[in-house]
Amino acid sequence: MGSYVPSSMEQRDEMLKALGLSSVLELYKDVPEEMLVKGGLDLPEGMSEMGTMRAMSAMAAKNIVFGTVLRGAGSYDHYIPSIVKTVPAKEEFLTAYTPYQAEMSQGVLQSIFEYQTMICQLTGMDVSNASVYDGASAAAEAAAMCRGRKRTVTLISAAAHPDVINTVRTYCMGSGTEMRIVPARDGKTDPEALKEMLTDDVAGFYLQQPNFYGQIEDAEELGAMAHEAGAMFIMGVNPISLGIMKTPAECGADIAVGEGQPLGMPMAYGGPYLGFMATTEKNMRKLPGRIVGETVDSRGERCYVLSLQAREQHIRREKASSNICSNEALCALTASVYMAAMGPDGIADAAAQCLSKAHYLAKQLCTVKGVELVYTGDFFHEFVTTMPEKDKVLKALEDAGILGGLPIEEGVLWCATEKVSKAEMDRAVSIVKEVLA
Amino acid sequence: MNFPAELKYSKDHEWVIMDGGVAVIGITDFAQDALGDVVFVNLPQEGDEVGMGEAFGDVESVKAVSDLNSPVSGTVCAVNEAALDSPESLNSDPYGTWLIKVQDLGDTEELMDAEAYKAFCDTVA
Amino acid sequence: MKLIFEKSAPGRRSQLLDRCDVEQFELPEKFKRAEKAPLPQLSEIDVDRHYSELNTRVHGVNTSFYPLGSCTMKYNPRVNEEIAALPGFTGIHPLAPEYSVQGCKEVIATAKKYLCEISGMDDMTFQPAAGAHGEFTGVMLIKQYHQSRGDQKRCKIIVPDSAHGTNPATAAMCGFEVVNIASAPDGCVDIEALKAALGDDTAGLMLTNPNTVGLFDENILEITRLVHEAGGLCYYDGANLNAVMGVVRPGDMGFDCTHMNLHKTFSTPHGGGGPGAGAVGCKAFLAPFLPKSALMDEEGHIQVRSFEGNFLIVVRALAYLLTLGKEGIPEASTNAVLNANYLMHQIKGTFEPAFDRICMHEFVLDLGAFKKETGVSALDVAKTLIDYGMHPPTMYFPLIVHEALMLEPTETESKDTLDWAAEVFRKVYELAHQDPEYMHEAPHHAQIGRPDEVLAARKPVVRFRPAE
Repeated sequence: MGSYVPSSMEQRDEMLKALGLSSVLELYKDVPEEMLVKGGLDLPEGMSEMGTMRAMSAMAAKNIVFGTVLRGAGSYDHYIPSIVKTVPAKEEFLTAYTPYQAEMSQGVLQSIFEYQTMICQLTGMDVSNASVYDGASAAAEAAAMCRGRKRTVTLISAAAHPDVINTVRTYCMGSGTEMRIVPARDGKTDPEALKEMLTDDVAGFYLQQPNFYGQIEDAEELGAMAHEAGAMFIMGVNPISLGIMKTPAECGADIAVGEGQPLGMPMAYGGPYLGFMATTEKNMRKLPGRIVGETVDSRGERCYVLSLQAREQHIRREKASSNICSNEALCALTASVYMAAMGPDGIADAAAQCLSKAHYLAKQLCTVKGVELVYTGDFFHEFVTTMPEKDKVLKALEDAGILGGLPIEEGVLWCATEKVSKAEMDRAVSIVKEVLA
Repeated sequence: MNFPAELKYSKDHEWVIMDGGVAVIGITDFAQDALGDVVFVNLPQEGDEVGMGEAFGDVESVKAVSDLNSPVSGTVCAVNEAALDSPESLNSDPYGTWLIKVQDLGDTEELMDAEAYKAFCDTVA
Repeated sequence: MKLIFEKSAPGRRSQLLDRCDVEQFELPEKFKRAEKAPLPQLSEIDVDRHYSELNTRVHGVNTSFYPLGSCTMKYNPRVNEEIAALPGFTGIHPLAPEYSVQGCKEVIATAKKYLCEISGMDDMTFQPAAGAHGEFTGVMLIKQYHQSRGDQKRCKIIVPDSAHGTNPATAAMCGFEVVNIASAPDGCVDIEALKAALGDDTAGLMLTNPNTVGLFDENILEITRLVHEAGGLCYYDGANLNAVMGVVRPGDMGFDCTHMNLHKTFSTPHGGGGPGAGAVGCKAFLAPFLPKSALMDEEGHIQVRSFEGNFLIVVRALAYLLTLGKEGIPEASTNAVLNANYLMHQIKGTFEPAFDRICMHEFVLDLGAFKKETGVSALDVAKTLIDYGMHPPTMYFPLIVHEALMLEPTETESKDTLDWAAEVFRKVYELAHQDPEYMHEAPHHAQIGRPDEVLAARKPVVRFRPAE
């Protein structure tokens, strides 16, 4: 049995004796006898560290790690610099708790303050919170920020990620408010449909940029429509794309949210990920979650604290706008180190390479008979093609160590990041060609 | 602790003065003392309806939030922007910092005069 | 200490990516951002040194005693970190084909099996990313259940006034009206108050047991029975599970659904405030209402975040479960309770426990009388502990005890550490009587003095802006 209890048996007996007891079970005298677990839990015997390592490694070995990943759809295979892995592994950062005692946690507080700043620098917005769980819950929290007494309806583009739509729907269900989906046309939000749906009960409109199909939306135009109708405009953005793409601030967004996983976190079968939320000065106090602020200490030195806490659950309780109590601190730190290590040029380069490689892949794939783009608008690093014999093609790719695009109703949703080489893409295309010959 | 004689007082520690058909409302010295340093005030907008005994906003200190309950029902006709910009004035000058003005008055709570309110505060403290 | 932006210099960079090996594609002008993101520019050594400096200003479980009540700051095993970093786990796309993720499926199925066994539940989801997120999920199960029965009347959730703030906030987020019931003088649920609050508009009760003052509520079976009789369901807040794992199961206490904090009870690291995982377990009749990913799984279910949840956190928790096993799980809990009682015993005679009886894994000190006597508050005591190299306990929670300090040593502290901690409390107690003024100004030897929180809230500065 493995154990992390440091006291020896003798020491445990000493402690019991000091309490005037002879067995630990006496400490549970308030527990009704019939409720106590009898005969122990139905669990296997504990293992040594070696045993645990062996057992878990065996499970990891049952997974297939694809050398080339051409699938995105909300989880992206980007290059993660080594320093982005070593910093969050530092034991203090790893094992610290929430920085409630500012005098002992300036390291965590300052790192969050820096993260908040970097998110603003990336998105162009005025203020950011300390992060929330992921991009989908961030979208739901943003929708809640827009709601008021008269306007309670959330509009969301059909071209948003299905998990985002479903999460927003769930949070709306909780609050008893309505969510309406704005249909897409040719892989992008239908502007005519949006116009019609922007009635005076609409609180906010959520647009994903680039959208689930990889298409670049006309964000400014759609945002202006929302504003004209008195609604707020939320953009869910890909953080790498912001290396070169117009920021939510430049597009007139009131709130910018998104999935921060591409900023240095591995795909990891879905988590842990990172939800970022940023907004304008005006809406700062509506932001849920933790926020770190700057102040001075009793000696006049600059320092950092958890601030604006009177918005939060531990003070407002049932009047809080959100129950969120934590953030994804270590993931926010990871993202900060990524942004610092890459810098403005590095992120711009990563974005430019994603763009170029995806366009190269699309061009090459479309030389194969039967394969053509389903949506022909501008795209960033994802695109949808038709694909005859979809399953056969994808299986052939997988057998060659390549995770192809995601099979969806319309065909296959492909993705190319800066990590993928020309040679890998050429190989993938030749395999597709071979299967369809 | 200050209890200006010309004002009326509610059980929720607000002061009220009637100015024509308009009620001017703020918080008392007792209230600001109990709250500690006020960092933010949430107030309604002009045109909003308020109900007697219902919250029309709240006051935040670093570690707590307290509702502001309206002693009257009616329509908000003015909101003190200065209080929003400088919440510390509620601590330094509670009687000089009105929060909202309410017109079209309907129900009004039983209000106390300065003497009665002072006695009330002694029982609560 | 300088901010990272103050260490930035234009032109500094590292060559991290390969050069692009395909033709450059030009983004149409109308989609381009006007200027590059004004992120800091640093070389790798600058980045390395900056975060190393920050790291010296962080206090972790690895640094010293961290008795934060209700947070379960137990040791985070190193081997779990190594396992969670295996490429066979990190390099897996959530939407990869099923045959290629059999290892991930085994991790989830095994963790589910063991955690259901520990909690007395039949099914589980790992989608929630944190405890509060788990609470939201659990209460949504209750909401869906009543809706499925066509019962529109049930609009109230009962919460004891001793509950953590997330409980009422969660209930409100799920569209319920919160009914607060006062606790009995011993901190447990007041049965009469509960009976008075129950009705055919009761959707459910949210409760933690042991409760937030660290006591096991011996009336728990009656409490859950009463709620069920009124037609409501019982939700177990697993924040205090570390007291009873392997000894009692929430499922056997009458709870219908629960959340567990993998980042508290199951040793995954807190990371400065996250990521965690709020596993939610439920009895079979609630399983159809569990959340699923629309894209990874199927549509038609609620969902609280993308994909299936914080997988790497589940990996760590499973490693912990495999290591502890059948004997180790109750060993952890019983020693957590032993350590708490021993520490409370050693401190008694100076600071007063709020409830002078056997506690569970945590206990609350009531400094009300102490403050009247010395003028020194719980806050002053906490700040003084910092000077002694101890992370302060939880302050001012739960709300039902005034001037509260809540201590949870956990099972991974040795008797020596507990003796040292008790000695520190004795010294601080004496100091309060000798030199209270010194304690009002504490800490004196920490990274900073007391921060001006009023200024931070009145004039919020939440990001760096370069001087114009």
